[in-house]
Amino acid sequence: MTAANAQRATAPQQAPQGASPLIRATNVTKVYEMGEQTVRALDGISLEIADGDFVAIMGTSGSGKSTMMNLIGALDRPTSGKLEIDGRDIAAMKSDELAELRNVKVGFVFQQFNLLARTTALRQVMLPLQYAHPRVANPEAVAKQRLEQVGLGERLDHKPSQLSGGQQQRVAIARALANNPKLLLADEPTGALDSKTSEEIMELFRTLNRDGITVILVTHEPDVAAYARRRIVFRDGRVVDDSDRAPLAVAAGGGA
Amino acid sequence: MTLLDSLRIAWTALRSNLLRSILTALGIIIGVASVIILVAVGSGARSEVEKQIASLGSNMLVVFSGSSRVMGRSAGAGTELPLAESDLAAIRDKVQGVVAISGQLNGSGPAVNGNTNWTTTLSGVHADFATVRDWPIVSGRDFLAQDLRATAKVALLGQTVVKQLFQGQEPLGATIRVKNAPFLVIGVLGTKGPSSFGRDQDDLILLPMTTARGYIVGKSQVQNDQVGQIYIKFGGGVDLKDAQEDIETLLRQRRRIQSGEEDNFSVRNLAEFMKARTEVLNTMTYLLAATSAISLIVGGIGIMNIMLVSVTERTREIGLRMAVGGRQRDIMRQFLVEAVSLCLIGGLIGTALGAGAAVLIANAAQWPVLIAPSVIALALGAAAATGIIFGYFPARRAAGLNPIEALRSE
Repeated sequence: MTAANAQRATAPQQAPQGASPLIRATNVTKVYEMGEQTVRALDGISLEIADGDFVAIMGTSGSGKSTMMNLIGALDRPTSGKLEIDGRDIAAMKSDELAELRNVKVGFVFQQFNLLARTTALRQVMLPLQYAHPRVANPEAVAKQRLEQVGLGERLDHKPSQLSGGQQQRVAIARALANNPKLLLADEPTGALDSKTSEEIMELFRTLNRDGITVILVTHEPDVAAYARRRIVFRDGRVVDDSDRAPLAVAAGGGA
Repeated sequence: MTLLDSLRIAWTALRSNLLRSILTALGIIIGVASVIILVAVGSGARSEVEKQIASLGSNMLVVFSGSSRVMGRSAGAGTELPLAESDLAAIRDKVQGVVAISGQLNGSGPAVNGNTNWTTTLSGVHADFATVRDWPIVSGRDFLAQDLRATAKVALLGQTVVKQLFQGQEPLGATIRVKNAPFLVIGVLGTKGPSSFGRDQDDLILLPMTTARGYIVGKSQVQNDQVGQIYIKFGGGVDLKDAQEDIETLLRQRRRIQSGEEDNFSVRNLAEFMKARTEVLNTMTYLLAATSAISLIVGGIGIMNIMLVSVTERTREIGLRMAVGGRQRDIMRQFLVEAVSLCLIGGLIGTALGAGAAVLIANAAQWPVLIAPSVIALALGAAAATGIIFGYFPARRAAGLNPIEALRSE
């Protein structure tokens, strides 16, 4: 891991904390029409997430945590309410604007890595750079730097089939970092990894967070959530617990 | 995302399902190949006809005796009142714009040089024959008026006869025996090639009309001043239609044909006749090419089908691309580029196969190979258009996916 590189890469983002929150949700609802039924996946969520924070979003399946993550990641718009990402309300944005926001502000890390088959690590990481507007001058160099940042400087030409699970997730993290986003959004990032590798990946998130990037984890594993500074628990589309810096053991009990 | 990036992605995707890609492109390959073959063969045949038109001699009319208007050139020719020297003289003197005129009285018989013999066409002609037919004399000299007056025993040989009788020896100045009479070879004609009916035009010996009438063509069949067919060459500015009417009027008078009666001769513009054949050939070519273009449509439907499968298979990839910032138009473009690449690759393979087949056919038929760049451009353009048209719907479907659902799909 080259911490110096990481610092340089994220340096412009180190805005003073507490000025304005990175995420601000005001009475956000999300309603799905399922035929005759309407499902209120989110039922009036209001919360703020500060720039530079490390947050775990927890909850059982159907609690609304995934829906919240999709909104925070600008993959979808709320049915009502305001959801501001870095000061911009996504409720009013067109799908192309959402795509650009995702491209620049958000880095996604998935449980199943979601790497492209038969594509080298370098090309995977270049993907967000290729979709960037205006075009990134030297995408290869940037992608190479991101891979070095996650400790895969020697694996640039490896395809997913030639990499271990942990390495694949590192490639995915490098890809998420490609455009220097403010927010890293990880959905069960260790769900497909063994415990030792999980620890390494979580350490990587912690390092990245220390370097200034905001990390939001969606997880149901308490020991993963323990890496976060703040824990938000969802149930039935509402926030039921938002106690800052909860101790490890108690958090595990409360989240179950 | 630059075009190069899109192409790279398309190439990776197509290569990862290589067999499927090839099978999908097969419709395009066949369509493009058949368009290329048909157009190439069509233009080869056409250029052959054009060469034959040129070999007839330009600005030329032919008069045959006998009414053969309906049945084609040879039907009945010579069976009725033959054309005579006086007819030829009348045309030369009374019709406007005649540059050169010659009869051609045909027979056949053996020609012997030493102990080689060869049966060939023997044609009695006037001194202007080579001029009328645009037929160069490559060595020696043409007939002169005095050869005809003196019924000289001189001969001009066609290339095939030279090859058969002399086998590399110098024919000029040699004496050959034609129907057992000695003839001096005074000149050799240039190569004409096969006629439009496949007859070898170079397989002949030209003799002075007067000599031929007496010795060669068989006295019993020949009236004293018969000239066979009359070839007339006109000057550049002459309207051949007017000239044709003038000749018809003149000959009807001379032959005392009452108005309302059928002509017992015919005046032909062979070049026009062959041009009409070319037109038919053109129409056929384009009709067939259009038919084969239908296979492009069928191929396009195949492309659409497989692109839809591809979109379904790669839903997750599409979701990921959207998650990392791919806009709808980026996704759309990627799948369009993929469809067009597939079609263009198919088009290139089809062009190669079609060109190869066209060369084989042209060789077999001894035609020149004519594959115009414009035809290749047209075929490839049609292939690319197929890709765009039939790739559009799958690409739209891909671009319209919901990123969340796409990411969640298996």
